[in-house]
Amino acid sequence: MSDTVIRTTGLSKKFIIGHQVEQDSLLREAMTRGARALMRRTADLIKGRTRGVTGQIEEFWALRDLDFEIKRGELVSIIGHNGAGKSTLLKILSRITEPTEGRVEINGRVNSLLEVGTGFHPELSGRENIFLNGAILGMSRAEMKRRFDEIVEFSGVAKFIDTPVKRYSVGMYVRLAFAVAAHLEAEILVVDEVLSVGDAEFQSKCINRMSEVAGSGRTVLFVSHNFAAVRALTKRSIVLEGGKLAFDGPVEAGLTYYTSTLGRGGVDRNWGRGKDATLVSARLLDENGNATDHFTPGTALRLQVVVDTTGMPGMSLTMILRDQHNLPVGYYSSDPFSSVALPTTAGRYECTLSLDRLFLAAGEYNIDLQTTSTAIIPDHKVDGALQFYVTGCNPGDVGYDFRQDQGAGHLALRLSAPLHFKRLSGAAIPDLHSDERLGQR
Amino acid sequence: MSVTDRPAAPQLVLEAGRADRQYWPDLWRYRELLFILAWRDVSVRYKQTAVGIVWAFIRPFITLVVFTVVFGHIAKVQTNPNIPYALIVIGGLLPWTLFSAVLGDASNSVISNSNLISKVYFPRMIVPLATVLIAVIDFCVSLSILAALMIWYGFMPGWQILLLPVFVLLTVLASLGPAIWAAAVVVKYRDFRFVVPFALQFGLYVSPVGFPSSVVPEQWRLLYNLNPMVGIIDGFRWCIVGGESPIYLPGFLLSLCVTAFFLWLGISTFRRIERGFADMI
Repeated sequence: MSDTVIRTTGLSKKFIIGHQVEQDSLLREAMTRGARALMRRTADLIKGRTRGVTGQIEEFWALRDLDFEIKRGELVSIIGHNGAGKSTLLKILSRITEPTEGRVEINGRVNSLLEVGTGFHPELSGRENIFLNGAILGMSRAEMKRRFDEIVEFSGVAKFIDTPVKRYSVGMYVRLAFAVAAHLEAEILVVDEVLSVGDAEFQSKCINRMSEVAGSGRTVLFVSHNFAAVRALTKRSIVLEGGKLAFDGPVEAGLTYYTSTLGRGGVDRNWGRGKDATLVSARLLDENGNATDHFTPGTALRLQVVVDTTGMPGMSLTMILRDQHNLPVGYYSSDPFSSVALPTTAGRYECTLSLDRLFLAAGEYNIDLQTTSTAIIPDHKVDGALQFYVTGCNPGDVGYDFRQDQGAGHLALRLSAPLHFKRLSGAAIPDLHSDERLGQR
Repeated sequence: MSVTDRPAAPQLVLEAGRADRQYWPDLWRYRELLFILAWRDVSVRYKQTAVGIVWAFIRPFITLVVFTVVFGHIAKVQTNPNIPYALIVIGGLLPWTLFSAVLGDASNSVISNSNLISKVYFPRMIVPLATVLIAVIDFCVSLSILAALMIWYGFMPGWQILLLPVFVLLTVLASLGPAIWAAAVVVKYRDFRFVVPFALQFGLYVSPVGFPSSVVPEQWRLLYNLNPMVGIIDGFRWCIVGGESPIYLPGFLLSLCVTAFFLWLGISTFRRIERGFADMI
């Protein structure tokens, strides 16, 4: 058997994005169009053909002409912006989806971990879910039985192993899910961003476990935005940019390359244009003024924006900060908030928005940028103009990680004065249980 | 680590439109997943219900009572007076319930397991097949109604009853074709989530569930057997009440042909569409 375990040649994946034409507000028009489309669709549907999207069709190449080889025992990280094709690549390698062009040759058994707790059922107990999840990930029953105790011990939820997981806390759930995943045996292990779960202590346990797996001669492909984990686990990096292979080499060089591409954020992207003011590019700056996609809580969030204006007065620069579920977290608009409008002389301008210190919870964030006239009507809207990550948030400098997915919001609240407890009386706390019983009577 | 104790996986080539020669062996290799998915759904289904598995018994029983009263006593459908009408009804009701459970559950199965489909590889046919397994388990539970009825009426079945498993298998095959066809196309066209329940409701009346197929005029019988369940239900009744309810042979063969056609259509459609499931779901 050759030493190459994965070889891709001209690997490409195309998605068809159907834009339903929204403009046909005339019902009559929509109906005649609908009737004609319906006939065609019915024909397609009976033949089970997977076509028949009406409206405009746009092709989108998520991956384009990817050629690379991975040797047995290599530890490779795949990095890139959101939408660079990382997940698509992993999905093709794990046989979840099929390439449009090109081919992949794989020697060895691939097990992939694109999500922890896939198939977990809330009604089933921890024990049952371990077997269920294991089977879904491709472990045999005998294998599961052999490793069951190990998994339970790793998860640290032994006490609740026969409780339905719907009664688990988020933390326990994630620990159990990861514990199963961590004991997956495979010759080639494909791992998506799954280490970003649990508290700091559990995360380091996971990283240790992963490096153990990596050290035992297995081939590992690993996607993460967590640079520390990428450095700790992998030796080689593949950087994807717009579906193409942009860099392939040692991990440090890969990370440096990736960071350097952040500054060119706007180059490849076509954001379209507005009527009076057009956003050209934007990037996030770190303390030293270099482009970054990581934000350290407690520092100023600095956003450098390049904008074209026709000189229209009263134009405002607006941003919306969104969390990983695209829910709004914060809002800023230059005109109403700080009485600053875009310059009234036509031209291209660069500005830096420096926001006050923010203690953002760890997780992924997006920024929507807009130029707006009279602070309400959007002139040029760019949703998801920037993405950035917060890898850890511990406002108290103790080993505690405040995360978005805890469901406790996005801002770590800070005190403006020290917290003191002043003793009011020496009385014991009233017995709550006896009060409840009184109430029930 | 026991990576070495497994046989080396053969080289795998992933390419567009490549007919996967590994598919059927893979399906066999993933059989444990099939049982686990079925087990999951069975053990979850009756959680937090008061009477649990008894539901698998109650529903067909009440339908049995209603049909016996409506067709046997109110509509007074002409049948052999030697056979209790309830036995005629149960002979149609059992296979029909199995058929509609398979078709109804399997057609939604791919969508309701979309989280698995988009995150893990396995032969996708496992998913509808698991729902078939569940329907068969329910069927076995409701067989007890048949046994109870026979004891109640003191009816001794003939040797034909031994062929019952054959007709159970035929029922499964007849429902499997449309079921996996629907499971595949519903991914793209969610319309079928509405079509399938409607078709099943309709099918209950065009299949000889509450009445024997002999009430259909002779010149229409062959046409009637285009509904694959007609021949199969006839066969089921024949097993239960023996020679008293003969099989109409040409019709039965036609039903088998229709079953085979749908099975082919279902499998080939599913195989063709399933490669794109993860992109569409």
